[in-house]
Parts: sequence; structure tokens; C-alpha cells
Amino acid sequence: MGNTSSMLTQYDIEEVQQHCNNAFSQQEILSLYDRFCQLDRNGGGFISAEEFLSVPEFARLLRMLDGLNFKEFVAFLSAFSPRATLQHKIEFIFKVYDSDGNGKVTFNDMLDVLHDLTGQFISEQPREQVLTQVLEEAGYTKESLLVMSDFVKILGSSGLKMEVEVPVD
Amino acid sequence: MSGIEGKLSSSSSELDLDRPNIEDYLPSGSSIHEPRGKLRLRDLLDISPTLTEAAGAIVDDSFTRCFKSNPPEPWNWNVYLFPLWCFGVAIRYLVLFPVRVIVLTIGWILFLSSVIPVHFLLKGHDKLREKMERFLVELLCSFFVASWTGVVKYHGPRPSMRPKQVFVANHTSMIDFIILEQMTPFAVIMQKHPGWVGLIQSTILESVGCIWFNRSEAKDREIVAKKLRDHIQGVDNNPLLIFPEGTCVNNQYSVMFKKGAFELGCTVCPIAIKYNKIFVDAFWNSRKQSFTMHLLQLMTSWAVVCDVWYLEPQNLKPGETPIEFAERVRDIISVRAGLKKVPWDGYLKYSRPSPKHTERKQQSFAESVLRRLEEK
Repeated sequence: MGNTSSMLTQYDIEEVQQHCNNAFSQQEILSLYDRFCQLDRNGGGFISAEEFLSVPEFARLLRMLDGLNFKEFVAFLSAFSPRATLQHKIEFIFKVYDSDGNGKVTFNDMLDVLHDLTGQFISEQPREQVLTQVLEEAGYTKESLLVMSDFVKILGSSGLKMEVEVPVD
Repeated sequence: MSGIEGKLSSSSSELDLDRPNIEDYLPSGSSIHEPRGKLRLRDLLDISPTLTEAAGAIVDDSFTRCFKSNPPEPWNWNVYLFPLWCFGVAIRYLVLFPVRVIVLTIGWILFLSSVIPVHFLLKGHDKLREKMERFLVELLCSFFVASWTGVVKYHGPRPSMRPKQVFVANHTSMIDFIILEQMTPFAVIMQKHPGWVGLIQSTILESVGCIWFNRSEAKDREIVAKKLRDHIQGVDNNPLLIFPEGTCVNNQYSVMFKKGAFELGCTVCPIAIKYNKIFVDAFWNSRKQSFTMHLLQLMTSWAVVCDVWYLEPQNLKPGETPIEFAERVRDIISVRAGLKKVPWDGYLKYSRPSPKHTERKQQSFAESVLRRLEEK
């Protein structure tokens, strides 16, 4: 009886809001909850990467969603809220690159992402050459390990637009 | 520094008879903006457009929405309405349901006791036999519709029996076929189902001239396409009914129409079906319930209310491709039935999407990277 959002109490919503630094309004959190329940097919309270077979979009981001519960799901998506700071968005992009999570982005990490974006349309050698050339022009080398502050320096002035609207019925 | 040769290889073209070119359907605004100027590190590191698109799909994807059952909001959670509702449940399950089962049983008995003799006794007189079998199937469908108290309003001119025409309709449940069949003896093309439904398909529906396919068999498509063409040419065959969505959708959205029905070189007559959710949601969510459960749900509700519109027959316009024709007809049906159009292929419900979509994006990004690298 009633719709699924009645399973969330006001306390739950406020807790989630806090966890994501108020990036989303209460209405948006309710919509995200409906969506989370839809994605959580087996009702275990967390999403697993296989459940995304039905969403025909990108793999790299979806892998990061593996095993998240609802609170973490909302915190993850908070980088896409219009209320999120530029710093937060750049941090998110950094985390996408830093696959082993050690706070340092290597040449290979960047190569992997470039590979995802260009697929078979640039082969391995040219891909490495492109990345090396562009890195050197920016003052880095193939062996450089980029950290968060480097990303802020590179992306900070670019007018980064990374926003998603949560549909609120 | 020597120039870097762009090793661009084009993606292998798959012989995709049925998969529409998805790029033709996506709104043009969704493509990544075209940057200019020399390639910089930040252009490679800035994956925000890609991430935004992916996050957009995570937050809300128009594909899963098509197959979500949206039952009407319950109104009974209230002190004085609740007992009334309980009383209603009692009537529906203890009075209406048994009566309906009896009606349906009578219908089956009448049908079987007539169709078997007709089938064998009139072996030599094929025309008469077919006419009687058609009538009996129509009768059986009427009994079915009565068994869930179907209140169906038909609008528009009734279909005529002419060769070189095909009927298309949006698809919500297998009862679509029954509702249409009680008015006109259509021949239909359907997925072969297991169980008792399959039994009915192979015996009774054979008499109205139905065509079977198997979604999972790729080679099947050519065989089926040929059968379709042969059927339409025949003067005496029943008009063919096709559900071009290829799968059941929840009656609020429409997914892309497969072009198969639109490249047969004949007139296409659209039919729009819209169910009123006032008493029951007629969407058959085949992933959630079997057809038997679905029928039981319908038989224990007050009524199934729906509107059927027979729309103006359409022909392929000069210079129009079959895909454009399919989209135009989908537009006509969606507007009439109040459905929102989404650019997805219904078969994605059963299998992974074709990699062509991602490949196209990769190709355009790769080309842009290599081009901008050369700029000074």
C-alpha cells in the first residue's frame, strides 16, 4: 500500500542529505530512492555492477557503483548536483582516473581512460604518443604521478560543466 | 616532431536487418560539443561530458521506465473507504470471478464443440470452413473479453478485408490481440510461447492464418519476412496484424518500431490502443508474471476499460525510407493514444545493446583528438 518512498522516514532523508552535504533536496532524494530501488533488482539494499546490463550506457562509471548502498549512492551522485562545488567535481573526475585509489594518477591510468573514450579508433602506439605529447606540453613527463592539486590546476579554469537533473514528479 | 598518423579504422558493419540506426533517433543536442583549438592536456582529462551522460542514465533512464508497471494509486487506505473496498474485494473474488470462469468455460465448450466438427466435416469446402472458423474464433474472443468484463470502445472505420494491407498497433499485453480479434478476424505474427498458450497458438490460431517467429533465432528473420510477403499477396488471407514494438510496453510509452512491417510494399493501417487504468493496469509485465497470472488478475478486477482507434491508412511517401515511415506511423499512434516516444529498441529488454552506439562516440572523439593535435 502506498509508494516506495513511504519506507524512508524524515530521519533517513536528513541523514542522507547530511552525507551528501546537502547536494540534493528532499524531493530529489525521494526520486533517487525510487530509482535506487529500481536498480537494486534483488532487493539486497545495494547495487551490483551486473544489474546495469539493462542501462545501455557507459561501463567505467557503472563499475564504481558496485556494492554501494543508498547513502553511498546519493553521495556518489552528489558530484553531479548543481549545488556541488567545482572542487568536488574535479575530485570526482580524479577518482574516476585513480583506479587503485592511492591518490596518484599514473600515465597508464590516463591511457586507460583515453582508450575507453576512443576505442579501436586510435591504436596503442598513437594513443601513447598523443598522451605523451600533450603531457609534455603541459610541463609533465610520462613518469609523472598526478595528484589532486595537479588536476585542480589543469581543470580548474576550464568552466567545467557536470550537472544532472534529478527528475522530480 | 613528426606527425602522428591517425590510425582510424572504421567499425565493421553488421548485417543488422532489424536494429534501427540509433543515431537517427537521438536528439542532436545530446552529442558532445565540438571543441576547437590546439589539443591540450585538459581536453584529454576533461571527461565531464561523458560522465554527465552516464550519470544522467543512472539517475533516470527512459528505457526501464517503459517497462515499469505503474499501478494506479490506491484510494482505500482510509477508515470508511476501507470496509467498502473489502466488500468490493469479496464481490470480485467470490461472485464475479466464479461467474466469469463459468462464462469462459461455456465459451470454450461452445467453441470446441463447433470448431472440431466444422474442421473435419467441411474438409472439402474450404471457403465455408474458413468462414465458420473465423466466426468461431471471433466468438471465442468475445467470450474472453466478457470474462474480464472488457468495456471496449472502438473508434473509426472497421478494417476491411483487402489484400496488400497490413495493420500495426502498439502492444501492451497479449489481450491486445483478443480485443482486436473479436471485431475482425486478423491473422497475427507472434512469438511462440510455451505452455497452454503455445498449444492454443498451434491449434486454433492456425485457422486464422498466423505466422510464428522465434526472437532468439537470427536466421528466423528472413524466413519470417518471406512468410509475411506471401501472406499479404494472398487475396483470401485474413488481414495481417503486426505489433512492431516487438514486446509489451507499459501503455505510457512507445518504443521504436521495427521496420519489418514497413518495407513490405503495402498500405499500413495504424491502430492505437489505450487502456484506462481505472480498475486495473492491463500491462502484462512478462518478466514479473506469467500470462495465466495476468489473466487471473484481469478476471478478478471490476473491468478492463480501453479505447481502440482505427486510424487512417498510410503509404510510403516518395523519398521516405522504411525507418522514417515506421517513425511517422509510430508518431500517429503515440499521439492518438497519448504515449511518450522513446528512442530505444524493445529487444534491449532481452539482450545487450549493439556496440555501434558507443563505437560512434568513440570514433568522433578519436577523430577530434587527432585533428586537434595537428593544429598549431
